[in-house]
Amino acid sequence: MKFRAKIADAACLNHFTRVSCMVAKLARTCTLRIRPHALNFILADPAGGGVSMWCELPQENFFSEFQMEGVSEDNNAIYVELAAENLSRALKTAQNARALKVKLTNKHFPCLTVSIELVSVSSSSRMVTHDIPVKVIPRKLWRNLQEPTVPDADVSIYLPVLKTMKSVVEKMKNISNQLIIEANLNGDLNLKIESELVCVTTHFKDLGNPPSASENESEDRSPEQMAEVQVDIRKFLQFLAGQQVNPTRGVCNIVSHKMVHFDLLHEDVSLQYFIPALS
Amino acid sequence: MAGAAAWWSSCTANTDCESLQAVFDPASCPYLLRAPAKLLGEAVLPFPPALAEVTLGIGHGRRVILRSYQEEEADSTIKAMVTEMSIGQEDFQQLQAEEGVAITFCLKEFRGLLSFAESANLSLSIHFDAPGRPAIFAIKDSLLDGHFVLATLSEPTPNSQDLHFSEPCRPAPQRQAHSTPQPDDFASDDIDSYMIAMETTVGSESSRTLPSISLSPGLQPPCNSEGEEDEAEAELSTVPGTPPPKKFRSLFFGSILAPAHSPLGPSPVLAEDSEGEG
Repeated sequence: MKFRAKIADAACLNHFTRVSCMVAKLARTCTLRIRPHALNFILADPAGGGVSMWCELPQENFFSEFQMEGVSEDNNAIYVELAAENLSRALKTAQNARALKVKLTNKHFPCLTVSIELVSVSSSSRMVTHDIPVKVIPRKLWRNLQEPTVPDADVSIYLPVLKTMKSVVEKMKNISNQLIIEANLNGDLNLKIESELVCVTTHFKDLGNPPSASENESEDRSPEQMAEVQVDIRKFLQFLAGQQVNPTRGVCNIVSHKMVHFDLLHEDVSLQYFIPALS
Repeated sequence: MAGAAAWWSSCTANTDCESLQAVFDPASCPYLLRAPAKLLGEAVLPFPPALAEVTLGIGHGRRVILRSYQEEEADSTIKAMVTEMSIGQEDFQQLQAEEGVAITFCLKEFRGLLSFAESANLSLSIHFDAPGRPAIFAIKDSLLDGHFVLATLSEPTPNSQDLHFSEPCRPAPQRQAHSTPQPDDFASDDIDSYMIAMETTVGSESSRTLPSISLSPGLQPPCNSEGEEDEAEAELSTVPGTPPPKKFRSLFFGSILAPAHSPLGPSPVLAEDSEGEG
């Protein structure tokens, strides 16, 4: 099992750093999957069976050099678990870097080693090295970490500006922990929160709906009819807090009373986030 | 500064005070490192703010290495991230130490004295000796002469015999054909043997704790020092090589006042004790 990659471009490095910061906000410990053409950050659903976060980076858009050798030829992938904050902290020290290298090493214990060559006024370069401890995930556990299938949603709708949503939801958190997200095929999305004393609804209109994948969806459903799901507001807020910039594209898929699925695209990095309905 | 003196008063709970005089001598330290404080300030930036101790040493190729120090706990499975900064000797004004020497001291205190020295745009000289012996950080300009003495960890750091101090430091990466890996890069990175060992004991994996971002606690006994501008200060070890436990300390300057004007004279009694006899 070998992995070695290099980032030489400042813009790519900044983008990669932003992605790692986003992942660190969404997950404390996550799985990094390394394959020949992509990196994935995966957060498995603790309830078992499935993932709650799936982030994919096409490797060619970030790394000027990329070499990997998986566990075996048939299983050409590497799965390691790490503390997401270690990676984001390590990358943040690379602000004035000439080049950054990442590789899988074994220094007393398996590590993801990030080596940064800093710009220096003198002839000799300065090097910063971070050894991030990782746990190698054995093959038999890989089945729980596979790419999730896009759910058969009752309603798919484009998301409004996330910053606006976040400021609204932050205030709603003071009222209750249970948030209702509902949307229809008419471009309407509502966030509802209720307590004994008060009921607050925020309406987002004219958001637009992506073209539906299945024909049944548009035929059986009246455009005004809302699909709703009740979720833990803290999970939703955590998801929103992780998005520092508004995505290039953001879709919300609601499976009535079952779950909500967010599908974001930040330039070339895709992020999927699943929040189950409160039982 | 003839006639200047610095006094330490060490007060225990009984307010029993003892005067101690600082005793240290930078000239007795065999090793010396001198650099602009700005350089050292930049060097400690990559370390986490909460990190307690750092190891400073000379690595291969006479590079100066700063590495985060984690106290090793035998039964702990929580591993912390290790950060290392390596600077070429050309960036130093003076470097008088051989490869392999290293000391571990309090990073928080170091950051404090660095920010002072940086603000005054001064160079910092680090006089040091074997692990356990105090390290003296000196700054000087036309107005002041400051010495900060920090305790160092007494047992030799596990890291000093470890990889980076003994392993050749890679020079700046050279341009290569895209698909050709540097042969030595993978040689020391071989994780296959670990993987094989792990896969055969996969049942016991579940008990392993996940890597955590928490840093392990600092060294025992606590490292300990204070610094002031104008003259020396130091801590005295009651046992050579180990810093004393923290006690309340106060510092008095007696530099400019002649004994007759000492402010420490007894104050006049303003009212007699009404409970007194007679």
